[in-house]
Amino acid sequence: MAALMVDTGVTPPAEREREKRERFGWWRRLPPKAKVGALLLGFFVLIAIIGPTLAPYDPSYQNPNPSLSLNAPSAAHLLGTTQNGQDVLSQLLTGVRMTLELALFVGVVATVIAVIVGISAGFLGGMWDEVLSLLSNVFLVLPALPLLVVLLGYLPQKGETATILVLAFLGWPWGARVIRAQTLALRNRDFVAASRETGERGWHIIMFEIMPNEISLIAASFVGVVLYAIGASVALAFIGLADLNTWSLGTMLYWAQSDQALTLGAWWWFVPPGLLVALIGTGLVLLNFGIDELGNPRLRSGSGTIKVGGRWWGQTDPTPVLGHSQRRPSRVAAFLHSFSREALTERPTEVAGPLP
Amino acid sequence: MRFIVRRLAFYAVAAWVALTINFFIPRLMPGNAVEDIMSKFPSLQPSAYKALEAMLGVGHPGSLWHQYVNYLYDVIHFNFGTDVTEYPAKVSALLAQTVPWTITLVGTATIIAFVIGTGLGILAGWRSGGWLDRVLPGLTFLQAVPYFFLALILIELLALRAKIFPLGQGYAGGDIPGWNWQFISSAVYHSLLPAFTLIITNVAGWMLTMRNVMITTTGEDYVLAAQAKGLPHKRVVLGYAARNAILPQLSGFANALGFVVSGAIVMEIVFSYPGVGLLLVNAVTSNDYPLMQAIFLVITFAVLFANLIVDVVYVLIDPRARARSA
Repeated sequence: MAALMVDTGVTPPAEREREKRERFGWWRRLPPKAKVGALLLGFFVLIAIIGPTLAPYDPSYQNPNPSLSLNAPSAAHLLGTTQNGQDVLSQLLTGVRMTLELALFVGVVATVIAVIVGISAGFLGGMWDEVLSLLSNVFLVLPALPLLVVLLGYLPQKGETATILVLAFLGWPWGARVIRAQTLALRNRDFVAASRETGERGWHIIMFEIMPNEISLIAASFVGVVLYAIGASVALAFIGLADLNTWSLGTMLYWAQSDQALTLGAWWWFVPPGLLVALIGTGLVLLNFGIDELGNPRLRSGSGTIKVGGRWWGQTDPTPVLGHSQRRPSRVAAFLHSFSREALTERPTEVAGPLP
Repeated sequence: MRFIVRRLAFYAVAAWVALTINFFIPRLMPGNAVEDIMSKFPSLQPSAYKALEAMLGVGHPGSLWHQYVNYLYDVIHFNFGTDVTEYPAKVSALLAQTVPWTITLVGTATIIAFVIGTGLGILAGWRSGGWLDRVLPGLTFLQAVPYFFLALILIELLALRAKIFPLGQGYAGGDIPGWNWQFISSAVYHSLLPAFTLIITNVAGWMLTMRNVMITTTGEDYVLAAQAKGLPHKRVVLGYAARNAILPQLSGFANALGFVVSGAIVMEIVFSYPGVGLLLVNAVTSNDYPLMQAIFLVITFAVLFANLIVDVVYVLIDPRARARSA
């Protein structure tokens, strides 16, 4: 007991140094784009958490003093005021939370659906795969925004929960497709076959063999859905399909537009919310690049390339990913598959029907 | 040919799903849409009550299945019902006025953006690590800006301040729509800024995906072989690498069409462009449910049709696909 305490109490400096390096090594190994993206996002998440308490005024308070209407940025109002004398900075600080919160929930719900659909389709294969793929392809081809508009248009209260559910309902197919493709590729790897041979159950293989190998893909599709949710929710709020009594970046833009902020020259009212949406979006896109590059080192611009014969050559692809199933699909499954666009690009043995 | 027929069947399924969703939305949502509409539009005759009930499925005349069959029958015959805002205008008449504007503007802009973006992507992917790669983070910013926001800023700068472009609308106020030079030139002039906005927001996306596919393709052995044979650069880039890289790009294009169209709709609102996007938002703000639903269907069918065209192009340019689909 005493020896143990001595052991943990005194760590040699060299070891502590190594420990530190190991703990922060992942950050250093991150591609620079991902670092910028993560920092940007971290900043906005911080604002979302502490923003509403930092807000100097109540964002909805309409100052009755007419001289405070449409004030340019000043010391009292760092980002000026709206036509009703509301403080723009306070609205902004409150609005970031609502926008991010909504996008985060949509991201979680849609990613869960995408993972369930994608892994089931890829892992179970056969009929399941074809039916689920058909479903995701159909949802993929339907234009999201008009459907969102119709769905929200019918709802009497366009609250946050309704918007989250509706956005998630239409946001999962992209993720499901890539996760399915990766699962299909992983299913035939040796380590999965070995696990199956030792008699592991299906869900155990999925949770401990397949899922850990798809974490970066799942993360990327989560980031993608969050990006979509921010874009869509801001656009919907801009059209007026949101609870206009709450403050989000979208509703700010709605009020700025409907009160003609730009025509009145009130750029401080209109530009900041749009700029924040763009910056949050940029952060997400850069983060996604980074995740992509972690998975596929060749996408890293410049790194590890050499110039031969007037052009840059990258490293060779580390692992070829083959998305072909070894089992012969059933007749019905093969028939369903022949309706998808992928049927054209795969090897002929996978295509249904008698070969020529 | 067999492939195209099968894709046609797939789109038929997708269209059926859209129709079914459209049929069930008003029946599943809480609230009484008919009462809403009737109280909002005093101009409506009492006889319209029955028609609205039937259309929105609130009064439940007949069984659900019966309604469903009737609904499908009506849609197949392009009968989308009566518009309530501009009662008694037919919804199909309103659509006929607006759809051509949207298709011309969004179609042209999307194709231009795709061509420019793919071209830049080829360059960026071939010279990975070059200057085009270095401006990529800047382009992602453009991609992340909401369409409508960028559009409003451009209107402010180029139309209000610099007065280079008109403020919005599809054509100058005094012109009468028709096939004459004055009207067409006015329409083209008014479409320049919306098209430009669409193009700059979309180019980055196409460029990025093309760059990534291009980088993977240039790593292939046949590209190395072509280079080793001493073929001219241009031929290796275009004939070997880009030609193969463009296939995934093309199916990506088809998959993203829905998103592109969605963005364009919001943009029409900003420009007060006389297309379906503006019609849609007007329908929403006035609770014009029949019009909303019809617009959703029309946009969906247009996207499905565009997808079919991409499929045909795919078969035409990929020899493997041609051989397999024969």
